[in-house]
Amino acid sequence: MSKILGRRSFITAGLATAAGASGLGAAVYLADRYGLIPPDHGGILGIGETLTYASQRLITSGHSLAREFKRSDISKIPTVNGWHPTDEKYLALLADGFKNWRLSVEGLVARPVSFSLEELQRLPAESHILLHACEQGWSYIAEWTGVRLATVLDLAGTRPEARYVVFEPFPNPNQSRTLVRVLWETHDMADALHPQTLLAYGMNGEALPPDFGAPLRLRLGRQMGWKNTKYLSRIVVTDRRDHYRKGGGTWYGGI
Amino acid sequence: MISEAHVEAAIETIPVPRHIALVRITHWIIVLSVIGLLVSGIGILVGHPRLYWGETGSLATPSLIDLPIPMIIGPSVWYRPYHFFFAWILVLTGLTYTVGSFITEHFRRDLLPAKADLRWNRMVGIALEHLQYRPHVATASTYNVVQRLTYLAVAFLLFPAFLWTGLGMSFGMTSVFPILATGLGGHQSARTLHFVCVVLLLLFVIVHILMIYLAGFWRTVRAMITGYVPQGGRSR
Repeated sequence: MSKILGRRSFITAGLATAAGASGLGAAVYLADRYGLIPPDHGGILGIGETLTYASQRLITSGHSLAREFKRSDISKIPTVNGWHPTDEKYLALLADGFKNWRLSVEGLVARPVSFSLEELQRLPAESHILLHACEQGWSYIAEWTGVRLATVLDLAGTRPEARYVVFEPFPNPNQSRTLVRVLWETHDMADALHPQTLLAYGMNGEALPPDFGAPLRLRLGRQMGWKNTKYLSRIVVTDRRDHYRKGGGTWYGGI
Repeated sequence: MISEAHVEAAIETIPVPRHIALVRITHWIIVLSVIGLLVSGIGILVGHPRLYWGETGSLATPSLIDLPIPMIIGPSVWYRPYHFFFAWILVLTGLTYTVGSFITEHFRRDLLPAKADLRWNRMVGIALEHLQYRPHVATASTYNVVQRLTYLAVAFLLFPAFLWTGLGMSFGMTSVFPILATGLGGHQSARTLHFVCVVLLLLFVIVHILMIYLAGFWRTVRAMITGYVPQGGRSR
């Protein structure tokens, strides 16, 4: 009897393990297919990152809108986080109002294009009053004016295999060694095409100040501060998940 | 001949069941994840040890509380993934504990206070007795009404409050449920209340450890590991 029971429980345990393993395999396959796996999914900390990103992508599926504020909510003194580059190249661009600056849009697009600031300003503009919160802990409210990233990506024609968009700033040679002042970032298509995702050239009704990322910065409604790349120079559409800024911190900034 | 005294002595050494496996396992996982959350939380907090009320706050605005700790910019970036890693362990363990508490009847048997006990003079009496230490507290096989209410409050009010105040700072979550932030008074209020939760949890932990010490540290800790209280260790 005990022998039969032993065999039976052995088979049951085996089947349960196989079912569990294939269930997990199917979950991973589906999660990957529906874009629920973040770039930094590896390692033990990747477990938390994946759970956070996947659950928030499931909950925020569709274009859930970040909270917008009233004009009277705008902070009197917005926080400067890192001064603008002071190398010759940037100062020269700044001196003539960024007339020689261009934003290039390339990668997995049908028509690689580049825009001058004036060309971007001629595209449909919109303004959003959003909360800007730094992962350090401070926050301010400001109004941002610019063109939707989705509009610009449409003009370039993103190819169907596009999965991420890379945002590259000017190199900043005088950034502090211990603090990364100028950050390049990547975003998934859900945030790239989000209606509150702007390429902003205006702040609080004026031209974007140099310390806040002039001539052009990324401004998203559903992401924390560090994901809003300043001093943009190049946008690259890619299908590569492993191309992201490594070296500490979390990739997903909607936490 | 086995005398009655022998039998009594033998019974004295039989360990008394105290905590079910669900409670023991989840208790220690929660201890570890709370330590991880506390350490990583301090690592995040030192990035800006000022607390505010409302939506906004920065060095340019007045603060509600200026914590007397140095401002160190940088570590918050590194500690944040650890904070979320331990937060997920805590949330999943907490869910397991909650569901398991109802299945095993731990909730009804050990946590739900008897109606007769929910009187102020009785609760004050038990609290005083608890603080003075009476031997039967250590060998009790269940919790008294003050313990029950405290554990209920920590598990089902304080931990959910941590979750709410934490998610109240999440741009992704507040885009779907704005009330997570607005219901607390704003983004910075959520952050401040998250800190208030830490203070409340630390108060609980201090009193909890003090009580364990008064009740006999190793006997109590052993009961939470093995599940049994040795009767022989009745005297302190």
